[in-house]
Amino acid sequence: MKISEIKELLCAEILCGEEMIDSEVNYGFGSDLMSDVLAYVKGRTVLLTGLTNTQVIRTAEMADLNAIIFVRGKKPEQDLISLAMENNIVLMLTKDTMYTASGKLYCKGLQGIQIEC
Amino acid sequence: MDLIQYNFDVQKDDFDRAGEASSNIKKILRQLGIDAAIIRRIAIATYEAEINIVIHSFGGEIDLEVDPSSIKIIAKDKGPGIPNIDLAMQEGYSTASDKVREMGFGAGMGLPNMKKCSDEFNVKSEVGKGTTITMIMYI
Repeated sequence: MKISEIKELLCAEILCGEEMIDSEVNYGFGSDLMSDVLAYVKGRTVLLTGLTNTQVIRTAEMADLNAIIFVRGKKPEQDLISLAMENNIVLMLTKDTMYTASGKLYCKGLQGIQIEC
Repeated sequence: MDLIQYNFDVQKDDFDRAGEASSNIKKILRQLGIDAAIIRRIAIATYEAEINIVIHSFGGEIDLEVDPSSIKIIAKDKGPGIPNIDLAMQEGYSTASDKVREMGFGAGMGLPNMKKCSDEFNVKSEVGKGTTITMIMYI
């Protein structure tokens, strides 16, 4: 799914990385637990989270995440946005909650990662 | 390629700078032309180790060593040490504070994830002295 399509579906504001909105992501991952992101994320992924500290960007940098959506209208500080810009990560802000935002993307075909049962 | 070595200090409780050492290591490996999938594994494992030093220890350091066949990460702290390593290696076991959990860590996934990312993994710890984690990834 193109990042531009995610922006439309979630009525999201782009905080940085506007020039990359034509790029694609293959998976969505919703979590406030960065430990889970580090343990499970694979491939080109967009992260949905309610956390807005700089460790979210560090986590994204290490795990090669392409984009982050901050849910429920929680806008991060400028230092976080600057760190994302340095690392070529697209940041978006939506008023939707984590559940609603995830549901909108999932039903339009954006898959979650598979975890073995 | 000769042996390449770097050393980074990691301060206790410095949440603003947590991740800088791992970020620098990732950049160095990229400049060396290491495969992106290997870099990703090393970056994740190193970052987990760095976060552990920040949140659990009295401070420490991370060494990076690159030779033609492997990359070695040594994360060493000045204590307090892990009383029961088997327990600490269990997924879900954590002694992290509420503050750390609010930042998205302390889920008890760090050590198991470091092991998963490494080709060779070793943790040595002595209470009162400190913990040393050695991780080797083959190139």
